[in-house]
Amino acid sequence: LQSKREQFFKNELPPTSSATTGGSTALPSQQPQPPASGTPPVISTTSAIKEALAKRVERITENHIGGSDVPDNKERFNKAEKDKVPERRTKELDGYVGFANLPNQVYRKAVKKGFDFTLMVVGESGLGKSTLMNSMFLADIYSAEFPGPSHRIKKTVQVETTKVLLKENGVNLTLTVVDTPGFGDAVDNSNCWQPVIDYIESKYEEYLNAESRVNRRTLADNRVHCCLYFIAPSGHGLTPLDVEFMQRLHDKVNIIPVIAKSDTMTPDECSHFKKQVLNEISQHKIKIYEFPDTEDEEETKLHKVLRDRVPFAVVGSNTVIEVDGKKIRGRKYPWGIAEVENLEHCDFIALRNMLIRTHLQDLKDVTNNVHYENYRCRKLAGLGTDGKPTRISNNVCPQGVMNSFMTVWNPLAQMEEEKRDHEAKMKKMESEMEQVFEMKVREKKQKLKDSEADLQRRHEQMKKALEQQINELEEKRRAYEKEKQAWEQSNNVTLEELRRRSLEANSKEAVDGKKDKKKKGLF
Amino acid sequence: MATADVERARVEAGIRNLKLSGHVGFDSLPDQLVNKSVQNGFVFNILCIGETGLGKSTLMDSLFNTSFESTPSPHNLPTVKLKAHTYELQESNVRLKLTICDTVGYGDQINKEDSFKAVVDYIDAQFEAYLQEELKIKRSLSAYHDSRTHVCLYFICPTGHGLKSIDLVCMKKLDTKVNIIPIIAKADTISKTELQKFKSKINSELASNGVHIYQFPTDDDSVAEVNASMNAHVPFAVVGSTDFVRVGNKMMRSRQYPWGTVQVENESHCDFVKLREMLIRTNMEDMREKTHMRHYELYRKKRLEQMGFSDVDAENKPVSFQQTFEAKRSNHLQELQQKEDEMRQMFVVRVKEKEAELKEAEKELHAKFDKLKKDHTEEKKKLEESRKKLEDEIVEFNRRKQQLQQQQMTSSHHTLTLGKSKKK
Repeated sequence: LQSKREQFFKNELPPTSSATTGGSTALPSQQPQPPASGTPPVISTTSAIKEALAKRVERITENHIGGSDVPDNKERFNKAEKDKVPERRTKELDGYVGFANLPNQVYRKAVKKGFDFTLMVVGESGLGKSTLMNSMFLADIYSAEFPGPSHRIKKTVQVETTKVLLKENGVNLTLTVVDTPGFGDAVDNSNCWQPVIDYIESKYEEYLNAESRVNRRTLADNRVHCCLYFIAPSGHGLTPLDVEFMQRLHDKVNIIPVIAKSDTMTPDECSHFKKQVLNEISQHKIKIYEFPDTEDEEETKLHKVLRDRVPFAVVGSNTVIEVDGKKIRGRKYPWGIAEVENLEHCDFIALRNMLIRTHLQDLKDVTNNVHYENYRCRKLAGLGTDGKPTRISNNVCPQGVMNSFMTVWNPLAQMEEEKRDHEAKMKKMESEMEQVFEMKVREKKQKLKDSEADLQRRHEQMKKALEQQINELEEKRRAYEKEKQAWEQSNNVTLEELRRRSLEANSKEAVDGKKDKKKKGLF
Repeated sequence: MATADVERARVEAGIRNLKLSGHVGFDSLPDQLVNKSVQNGFVFNILCIGETGLGKSTLMDSLFNTSFESTPSPHNLPTVKLKAHTYELQESNVRLKLTICDTVGYGDQINKEDSFKAVVDYIDAQFEAYLQEELKIKRSLSAYHDSRTHVCLYFICPTGHGLKSIDLVCMKKLDTKVNIIPIIAKADTISKTELQKFKSKINSELASNGVHIYQFPTDDDSVAEVNASMNAHVPFAVVGSTDFVRVGNKMMRSRQYPWGTVQVENESHCDFVKLREMLIRTNMEDMREKTHMRHYELYRKKRLEQMGFSDVDAENKPVSFQQTFEAKRSNHLQELQQKEDEMRQMFVVRVKEKEAELKEAEKELHAKFDKLKKDHTEEKKKLEESRKKLEDEIVEFNRRKQQLQQQQMTSSHHTLTLGKSKKK
C-alpha cells in the first residue's frame, strides 16, 4: 500500500524543515514561513509515518508547529507545485485560507457513506467466470453454498445477482455480482442477450423512477457499472455470438472484454489473438470501455503499459501453491505453474489494477453520466412525443445547443412555454378572426348601402320622370284650358252648353230619326 | 466507528459479509473519488446579508485572504438588489469556484418589508435553475455550474441588545432554504462581557422564534468534538480588515486604534479564526451536501407538488413521474384545445348573429323600396288616367269645335237651302 501511494504521489518537493499545515496564526515561535506575498503556500510531505487511510485526523494548526514527527494529513497535496504564476482568471491568495482541505472533507464523507459497485459477468459456461471473481476479490463470492453460474443453468437464460460486503482498511464496498447462467449454452442462442439487456434497462428504469419521485430519499445505485465479457480462447477471433452481444450492449453498459483461460495459449498465440479480437471489435464498430488518462503524467505512463494489454488475457485460481517458500496463487501443471499474479504469465494483475484500483470510480461515473443519461434521454423523449421522437422546442435552451434529433427538453418549462405559445396563438387567431369578421361585416354593409343608394337613385329617377310627365300634362291641360277659354270666349258659348245641346239634339235626333224613318216608310 | 451503521444496514439486507484473503485494492476508492473531484474543481456559493456598512466585503476579503475589488455601496437605494461575483481561487492543487453574493441596499429603506423578498427570490431562482437543468431530457449535470447558495452569512448589527425585527423575520424566512450562520459584525465595538450577554440574547431570541440556524455536524468522529465546541460559540463575533500592520516579524491584518490594535487573526480578540475554521476548513463540504440533500430536495418537492405531481395517484397507487407527466400533458393539451374550440365557437355564434342582423336590414330595405315602387306605380296609373282624361277632353273639345264650326257653316247653309228642302 505504501509503495503504491508513494508512486501515486510522486514529485514531492524536497521537504522543508517546517512542515506547515498552513500558516494561520502568527505565533512567533513558528519557524520562518515562505513570504506570504502572492505565492500559494508550499505544503510538503513528511517522510514520517503515513497514517492509515481511515484515521485522517485533523489538528488545529496552532497546536502543532512544524515538526517532522507530526503526521501530516496534507500528504495528499504533494504533487508538483503548479506554476507560481496564477492563471489569468484565478485570484491570488495572499495567505492561508484553508479550502485546500476540501478534498479531505470529501474523503471523510465518502468513507462514511461506503461504496457500492455492480459487476456483471457474461460468458458461456466453463470459461472460469466464478473462479476469476473469487480470485479478483480474494473472497469466496462463489462457493459450495453459492454456486457459480455454470452450476445453475436452467432451460432459459437467467440473470441473477449476488450481493456481498467487502471491507478493506475501513473502506466498505458492497459488491453486486450479476451473472447470466445459461448464456450461450443452448443449441439455439438467438436472443440470449435479451434477458441481459432487459435487466440492465430495468435497473436504469428503477433508478430513473427513484430519481423522478417527488419525495426522494438517497438513491440506491443498482445500475450495472461494468460488464466483463468472457471470450473463449479459440485463438481465431470473436464468435458471432460475441459480436452480436457486444454490438447490442456497448451503448448500454461499459464492456470490458476478457480472454478467459488464457493459459491455453502461448504468448505469441495470445498476442495474435488479441490483435484479431481488437480488429474485429473495431471492424464491427463496438465501443468497449476505454480506460481514460489521468492528469498525472507518471500515472498515465504506468497505465499505458497496462492498457496496452486490452483485451486482458486472464487466468484465475483460488488454490494457493507454495513456490520457493512463497505462497502464490496459480495453476499447477505437470510442466510448470501458471502464476495468476505474474504479469508475464497473464494479465490478471493488469485487469485487477485497472478495474479495481484505479478506474472503479470512473466506471461508475461513465455509467452515470453517459449510459444512464442516454437511457434517460431515450426514455423521456420517447415518452414526450407519443412514442415517436420528434423535435421538441425549448426556448430556455440556447440555440447553439439544440441538436437536430432531440433538443434539450424540460417538462416543466415546456408546459409553461406551450401555454404561452398557445395564448399568443389564440390572441393572434382572435385578432385575425376579428379582422375577418369586421371586414366581412363592412363589405356586407357596404353592399347594402350601395344597393340602397342604387334603389334610391332609381326611385328618384322614376319620380323625376313621373313629375316631368305630370308637369307636361299640367302644361298641356293649361294650354288646353287656355285654348278652350279663348274659344269659348270668342264663340260666346261654353263647352258645357254645347254638350247639353248636343245631348238634347241627340235625344231629339234619336226620336227624330225614328220619326224620319217612319216618315220614310210612309212615303 | 462511523462506518458501523453502514455495515449494519447492509447486513440487515441479507448481504453476505466476506473476509478478504489478501489485499484487493479497493481501499483506494475514496482516493479515486477525491482525485476526480479535485480534477473537476469545487464550487462554493456564499450569500452575505447585512445592512450597508457592516463590513461584509471586508470580511470576505479577510476570509479568503485576497481582495475582491468590491465598491462600497451607497445608502439611498430604493430596493434591495443582489450582486453576485464569481472568482476562481486556487490553493495548493485545489481549485475553488467561489461565488460571493452581496445584498446591496439591505435595511436602508424606510419600509423594509420587501427587503428579504429579493433575497428569497434569488435563492429560489438558483434552486429553480438547478431543477430545470435536472429535469431536462438532455442534461449535463456533471458539467453544470452549481449556483445554489450553500451558506448564508447573516451580519448582525453590534447593538448589544439583541436582534432587530428585520433580522428575525429574514432569518425565519430563510432557515428552510439555506444554511444560515449568524455573525456579529464589527465586533471590535463590543467588550468581552457585553459580547457574552449579546450572544446569549441572540441565541435565546433565535430559539424562541424557532429559527433553525446551521449546526456544525457532530456525527463524524474526526470533527465531532471541534464542531460541538464551535456550536457553542455561534454567533461568531468577527472583525475584518484589509489593512496590514507589522506585528513581530509578520504583517497581520489588523485595525489600528489609538488605544491599541485589533488583530483579526488573534483568537482572543475576535472569533475570526473560528469562523474561518468552521466555514472553510472543516465544514464546506458538509454545507454543500446539506444544501443539496435537504434544502434543494425541499424546494424540489414543493415545486413539483405545486405543479401537481405526486408520488401516488388518487387510489394511493404509486405513480411514476412520467405517468403523471403524461397525464398532465394530455390534460394540458386538451385544455388548450378546448380553449381554442371555445373561441372558434364564440366567433361562429357572432358571425351568425351578425348575418341575421344584416339579413334583416336587407329585407327592410327591400320592403321599403317595394313600397316606394308600389306608390310609384300607383301614381303612374293616376297620371295615366288624368292624361287619358285630358286627351278625351281635348278630343271632345276639338270635336265640339269642329261641330260648332260646322254648325255655324251649315246654319248659314241651312238658311240658304231651307227652301230647297221644303220644296221637296
